[in-house]
Amino acid sequence: MTQRPLIDPNFSYATVTDKISSIVLTRKISANWLLGLAAAFGLLMVMLLSLGVLFAKGVGVWGLNNPVGWGFDITNFVWWIGIGHAGTLISAILLLLHQKWRTSINRFAEAMTLFAVACAGIFPAVHLGRPWKFYWLFPYPNTMGLWPQFRSPLLWDVFAVSTYATVSLLFWFVGLIPDLATLRDRAEGKLPQLIYGILAMGWRGSARHWRRYETASLLLAGLATPLVVSVHTIVSWDFAVSLIPGWHTTIFPPYFVAGAVYSGFAMVLTLTIPLRQFYGLKEYITERHLDNMAKVMLATGLLVAYGYLMEAFMAWYNGSTYENYMLLNRLTGPYAPAYWLLLVCNIGIPQLLWRSSIRANPLALFVIAIIINIGMWLERFVIIVTSLHRDFLPSSWGMFYPTRWDIGLFIGSLGLFLSLLFLFIRFLPIISIFETRELLAEEQERLHE
Amino acid sequence: MSNLRTPYGWMAEFDRPDLLLSATRLAYQTGYRKMDAYTPLPIDGLEEALGEEKNWLPLLVLLGGMAGALGGFGMQYFANVIQYPLIIGGKPYNSWPAFIPITFELAVLAAAGMAVLGMLALNDLPTPYHPVFSVPRFELASRQAFFLCIESRDPHFDREKTREFLEGLKPVGVYEVAPW
Repeated sequence: MTQRPLIDPNFSYATVTDKISSIVLTRKISANWLLGLAAAFGLLMVMLLSLGVLFAKGVGVWGLNNPVGWGFDITNFVWWIGIGHAGTLISAILLLLHQKWRTSINRFAEAMTLFAVACAGIFPAVHLGRPWKFYWLFPYPNTMGLWPQFRSPLLWDVFAVSTYATVSLLFWFVGLIPDLATLRDRAEGKLPQLIYGILAMGWRGSARHWRRYETASLLLAGLATPLVVSVHTIVSWDFAVSLIPGWHTTIFPPYFVAGAVYSGFAMVLTLTIPLRQFYGLKEYITERHLDNMAKVMLATGLLVAYGYLMEAFMAWYNGSTYENYMLLNRLTGPYAPAYWLLLVCNIGIPQLLWRSSIRANPLALFVIAIIINIGMWLERFVIIVTSLHRDFLPSSWGMFYPTRWDIGLFIGSLGLFLSLLFLFIRFLPIISIFETRELLAEEQERLHE
Repeated sequence: MSNLRTPYGWMAEFDRPDLLLSATRLAYQTGYRKMDAYTPLPIDGLEEALGEEKNWLPLLVLLGGMAGALGGFGMQYFANVIQYPLIIGGKPYNSWPAFIPITFELAVLAAAGMAVLGMLALNDLPTPYHPVFSVPRFELASRQAFFLCIESRDPHFDREKTREFLEGLKPVGVYEVAPW
């Protein structure tokens, strides 16, 4: 089978090194980058303002009430953490499966994971009534003699998300070490040499070091793979372990994990398509990469569709009045437009990806990826809010309407995410340089045979 | 006076990984043991050619993971059974299935931490300065050049003979590596 090469075999180690490192080292700060960072930074300020108001006045500034105790806060948390999962999937699971095409997108996807987890982590911390006491979530020796409730999924979540953030950071940093050494050796100025030099920790590419390095990478990938599955499983338990109709279902863990990967790949595409355009990286992030990512989206999207189907089927089939009503309320209740829109975004429009001409069209992929991002946000909103707002007793029914601070914090978290991404693009290599050299070596070897 | 001190070793530069690999094999056959190769990408079989050393990292990671799991479960057991027993939802004090998620997370956390710290410790990193950095051409080791360094602590090392040996391998160049 002849496949399009993932990298032009006429490149050399020197040219790929120079090309990727030049984005960081020699490229001038462009007006577009500055404009992008400024816009992202502006949104970040919106987040700080929303947080300031929240801390000053309390969670009453949001549209929460009884019975809707979770609204945008947890919707955003689940959405962000799900986005992160594609990065781990690309860097860990595809590494274990020897998928060579991951090479040029894994660094970027891992960074995306890290920043998405940073955004996700804000929401559970600030949705506490007294966020300054967030450290009560951790088991630490305290004068009250108290322990957190280890039998609660909400506490499992604390451990899952903090482990996930730590392991993602470690994985990302370990992957960067050889490239930081390259930047150290290629940087011109004293200050960049010093900073990259400190971060590279004296990496010198010794064969013995490489061997342990590769062992560590492989083991980290092996550890991150079950970790990523466990994280979204535990997130889904936050819901599934409760008794709320619409939450209390066993389909949740696999369906949440599939949805996480689905939204994560959509975000990777949303980010890499403009990136390869503006930074001239089309020889590295090729159409074959986009095609593969689109196929992963299509597959996980179908898993998610199966989840929706089973969710609805079980709600009808189990015969419980409350479950039946939950389904009816989703389809026809006050939030029905959100439910129908999510079906269009997550199941309807992505079916276009069956066509290879659509998968080969970056603009179409970009639009579909954004639609999926929106759809996946709506999915979490529908799961959380429509399940809560019709309580068991009609006397305690209510509605959730977001306030400007709900929206401000959500938009603001996009600002945090994008600001971090813009800084990352400027200061660190967005494609793993040493893995591109490896890919090139393999591609050249394949050509010789 | 520096040129009278014993150097750290002699270093040969190659422009292709296969040349480095055959040179390393030849050096090993000649009897050199205290040597290392420096490459911009991991090369299959290079470690074996240098004389394989035991890789302790997997064992360390296993121990880390086990410590994390035991510590995680132990903490929950201690809190719920020994230090502050409290009946919640009619469940037994040691309701172990509920303790599994945190046990698992802490096992992964400790194992991953051990993988990274263990890799750095076994590699003696951070080592901001190393004699090989004194060779001006060595900055290419992170770009496209491949280096073999035979160190002076090797019993077979001889300032003249080792240099001649390396020059016989058709390298791009042979350089003296200044001592620490």
